[in-house]
Amino acid sequence: MLTIRFDEPASLNLRLVGGKAQGLASMTQAGMPVSPGFTVSTKAYHQYLDAAGLRDKIAQLLENVDRASIGELSKAEHVIGEWFEAGAFPADVQREVRDSYARLCDEVGVQDLSVAVRSSATAEDAAGASFAGEYDTFVGIVGSSEVERYVRRCWASAFTGRSMAYAWKNGISPIEVEMAVVVQKTVQARAAGVMFTLSPLTGDRSRIVIEAAYGLGLSVVGGEVTPDRYVVAKVGGAILDRVVGEKQVEYLTGAAATPVDEARRRQLCLQDDEIMELARLGKALERKHQRPVDVEFAVDRELPPAKCIVLLQCRPETYWSSRHAARIRPPIEDAAQAVLATVLKKDPP
Amino acid sequence: MNKPINRFEFFHESKPPKGAEGWERMYPYFLVSQSEGRESEDKKFWFADSMHWSRAVHPFDSIGAEAVYYGVGVNSTRSIALPTSLGLDVRVVNGFVYICPLPVTDPTEIGRRAKLFEERAGHYFKNWGGLYANWKKKMHASLEVMKSLQFNKLEEFEPIEVVTEGKGRSNSWDLVENYHRLVNEFFLVWQYHFEMLGLGYGAYMVFFQLCKECFPEIEDQTIARMVAGIEGIMFRPDEELRRLARLAVETKLGDALCGEGDPQTILARLGQSDAGKSWAADFETTREPWFNYFAEYGFLHDQETWNENLAIPLQGIARYVRRLLAGEQIDRPVTQLRADQDEIASEYRALLNPDEAKRFDEALGLSRAVFPYIEEHNIYVEHWTHSVFWRKVRELSNVLVQAGFFKKSDDLYHLNRFELDQVLFDVIESWAIGVPARGVQHWQIEIEKRRGIMTALRSVSPAPAHGVPPKEVTDPFAVMNYGVTTERVADWLGQAESNGLKFNGIPASPGTVEGPVRVIRHEDELSQLLPGEILVASITAPSWASAFSVVSGVVTDIGGMMSHAAIVCREYGMPAVVSTGFASSRLKTGQRVRIDGRTGTVVVL
Repeated sequence: MLTIRFDEPASLNLRLVGGKAQGLASMTQAGMPVSPGFTVSTKAYHQYLDAAGLRDKIAQLLENVDRASIGELSKAEHVIGEWFEAGAFPADVQREVRDSYARLCDEVGVQDLSVAVRSSATAEDAAGASFAGEYDTFVGIVGSSEVERYVRRCWASAFTGRSMAYAWKNGISPIEVEMAVVVQKTVQARAAGVMFTLSPLTGDRSRIVIEAAYGLGLSVVGGEVTPDRYVVAKVGGAILDRVVGEKQVEYLTGAAATPVDEARRRQLCLQDDEIMELARLGKALERKHQRPVDVEFAVDRELPPAKCIVLLQCRPETYWSSRHAARIRPPIEDAAQAVLATVLKKDPP
Repeated sequence: MNKPINRFEFFHESKPPKGAEGWERMYPYFLVSQSEGRESEDKKFWFADSMHWSRAVHPFDSIGAEAVYYGVGVNSTRSIALPTSLGLDVRVVNGFVYICPLPVTDPTEIGRRAKLFEERAGHYFKNWGGLYANWKKKMHASLEVMKSLQFNKLEEFEPIEVVTEGKGRSNSWDLVENYHRLVNEFFLVWQYHFEMLGLGYGAYMVFFQLCKECFPEIEDQTIARMVAGIEGIMFRPDEELRRLARLAVETKLGDALCGEGDPQTILARLGQSDAGKSWAADFETTREPWFNYFAEYGFLHDQETWNENLAIPLQGIARYVRRLLAGEQIDRPVTQLRADQDEIASEYRALLNPDEAKRFDEALGLSRAVFPYIEEHNIYVEHWTHSVFWRKVRELSNVLVQAGFFKKSDDLYHLNRFELDQVLFDVIESWAIGVPARGVQHWQIEIEKRRGIMTALRSVSPAPAHGVPPKEVTDPFAVMNYGVTTERVADWLGQAESNGLKFNGIPASPGTVEGPVRVIRHEDELSQLLPGEILVASITAPSWASAFSVVSGVVTDIGGMMSHAAIVCREYGMPAVVSTGFASSRLKTGQRVRIDGRTGTVVVL
C-alpha cells in the first residue's frame, strides 16, 4: 500500500491517496479516460517522515515560528525543503516507487516515460477549504531517480510559507496534512480546457459548455487566453454553438507560453467528434456524481484519435447546484392557480 | 427628412394606395378609425393580423373581424376574466385588419379579476374533458343549423301551401330570416372558438415558464415539441391524401393520377376502369368532411377549400404517389414521433431534482390535456364552419343575381353585412310590392367603384404595425399566437428603414439551409414550387402540408411558435423562421437566401 494504481480498489480510500488521486481513480474505475498512473500513498509519506525523523524536527521548528512573519515562514520553508531534498527514501518506499514507475513505462510502451508528479493531499478539495493550487505539481519529469526527487518536493510543498499559512487559517496544522503524490503520464496536450455540465452563465442543466485552447489547460484555467467556446445540448446531443476564441498563446510545457500564429488562432481547436466525446464523458460523470460537474480535460497528441481525450480532474459544481436545490416550489394542485401564478409572475399561494 | 423610429405610422398618416381613396366608406363605422377617436388610437399599438387576413378584406368579409374580436373580447374580458388582459381592439386600415392588445395594469383591478378568474377558469380546468366533449356537440349543432339554411329564388307567386295551410307568411321572408340566422350562427361559433382557447394557452404557459425557469436556454420549439399532438383531426386531411395515394399505387392508378389534365379530366380517366371507379368513389366519400379544408383559414370569400378546387387535393395525392413510386416512405412515423416526444420529455425531466420533476410532470400533464383543443378547434371553426358559411353566402348571392339585383356573383362581397341586410329588405319589399328594387342602380355604380378600390388595396402588402409600441409586449395572445414579441417589434422598427438584406423572425424549427426563394401568395401557386426552394409566404396554412415535402425551408411574415408553419416544419425537420414581418413583401422569387431556424434569421445572399 505504499504505491497504489488508479485501478486498484484501495485507490478510492481518501486517507490513503488524497483528494486528487481519489478523483482520478474513481474516473479510471468508471471506465473514463484518465492518463495512466499511480499514487504514492500517505502511508509512504508517513514512513518517510518517520524514517527521516522529520515529524519531530518540523514540529519543533514550527513551534518557534512567528506565523505572522512572512520572512520567518519563508525561512522555515527553505529549511524544511532542504531536509526533504537531502533525506532519501526508505528502501521499501524506494523499491515500490521504482517498480511502479517501471511498470507505467512498460504499460505505455515508452522507456523513461515523461510523467507529471502532482500533490494529492487529504485535505484538498474537502468541503469548506478548497486548497486549490496550494500544493505543487511538476510536469515533464523523466527517470526514476527524478521521480523520487519530485515526489519529495511535493511532500515538501505541504510546508511552503503560503500553504502553511493557508492550512493554519483553516485550523489545520501543516504536519497533519497527509500528502499523497500522483505520478501520471505527462499529457502531451494538443488542446485542453474545462467542461461544465451546465451553462455557467444561466445554470441551464440541459447544456454542456466547453472552453478550450491550444496546448496545456493552464492558459484556460489561468484566464490568459479567450478560449474557443462550445455548447452542446444534453437532450438530442446537437452541438449548438462553436465560437472561435482568440487563443493568443499556448503552453507546450508547463514552463512558458508561446504565441499562436494568426491562422491557427482563427481555427477551432476541437473537432466535432472530440466535442461529442467530451459531452458523452461529461454526461457520464454527471450521472456518477448525481449532480452537475466541472471537468478539466486535455486532447493528447501522443494517443490514437479514438482515445485522445484524457480527463485531468472532475469536481462537483456547487454554485448553481445549491441554487437549484434551494428553489423549492409547491406542487401544481390547482390548474387555475398555476395559470394565475404564471400570468402574474408570482409564486402560487 | 428622418422618419421617427420609436413608433410606427399613425392611422391618419397612413396613405392608401393610389385608386383606393374613399375605402373607409366600405366598412362599418366602428371598424374604421374616426377623427374623434384619433387621440386614443395614436397612443396605442396596433399590429396587422395577417395571420387571419393576409390580403385586403372585402366589405362583406369584414364580418370575420367583427366576429373574431367579439369572441375574443367576450371570453377574455367578460366571461373568463383574464386578470391581465382585456380583449383585442380592432380596426380596418387600408383594407387590412389591425388589432391592439389591451393589458390590465392596475394592481387592484388585476386582483379583482384574478378572483373571478380563479373560480371561472377553475371550473373549466376541473371539467376540461367533459366541457370539450360538449363543445364539439355544440359545434356540430351549429354546423347542422347552418347547413339547413336555405336561400331560395323568389317565385312570381307564393306556393299554394302558403294559402292552403293558412300560413299567411311569405316565403320571401326566409331570405331575411335565414340571412340573420346564418350571421347569428357565425357569431356564435366565434364565441365558441375562444371559449377555451385563452385557458388552453394559459395552461400551456405554465409548462412553458417552468421549462424556461429550469432550462433558461431551452428553445421555445423544444418546449412545444414535448406537448404537440401527434395524432388528431388536424392531421386527417393530409392523412387522407396519403391514404388515397397508397390506394392508388396498390391498385395501379398512379399513372392515371399523375397524368396531365384538370380535375375533371383526371377523374374521367379514372372512370375508365373498375379500379379507377372504386378509387373515385372512395375519393368522393372522403370529400365530406375532410376536404372542407381551406388553403388558408377561410376568412376571405375568395379563398377556396379543397372541395371547391379539387386540383389541390389531387395534386397533393399525385405528389405522394410520385414519392411512393420512387420507393419513398410517405407515412407519418407516428410511433416514432411519439417515442421521440416522450424521450425528449423524459430526458429533460431526468435533469431535474425530484421536487422540480414532480412539477414538470404536473405541468406537462396539464398542457397535454388542453392541447387537443388548441390544435383541433381550427378544424371545427375555421375549416368546417367557414366552408359552410361561405357556401351559404354564395347561395344567397346567386339568389340576388337571379333576382337581377347583382350582375356578378361576387358583387355581394362589395357590400358590408349591414348594407346587405338593407339590400335584402329592398329586394323582398319591392318584390312584394311589384316594383323594381330601388337600390339596383345605386349599388351597381358603387360596386364598380369598390371593385377598383379593392384592386388598389390588394396591390400592396400591409404595414406590420401602427402607433406606439409598448416597452414590452406581454399580451399572451400577441406573443403565443401571432409571434409579436418585444424583439420582433424592435426589428420591424429597425427594418422599416433597412435595405432588406437581413430579416429577423422567430426561430420556429431548427436547421440551416440555403436556397432560392419562392414567394407564394395563394394556394394556387403551390404547384410552382420546385424541389429545394424556400417557401416564403405571409402565413402558411395547414393544407399546404403536402407541399412541404418539396421545399427545403419556410419563411413567413407572421406566426408564433405554435403557428402552423412552426408545428409542421418541426415535424418535417425542416428549418423555419416565422414572424419576419416583411419577408413576403421584400423577398422576390428567385433570390437566394440562407435561413437559420435556430437563431431566426433570414439573410439575402
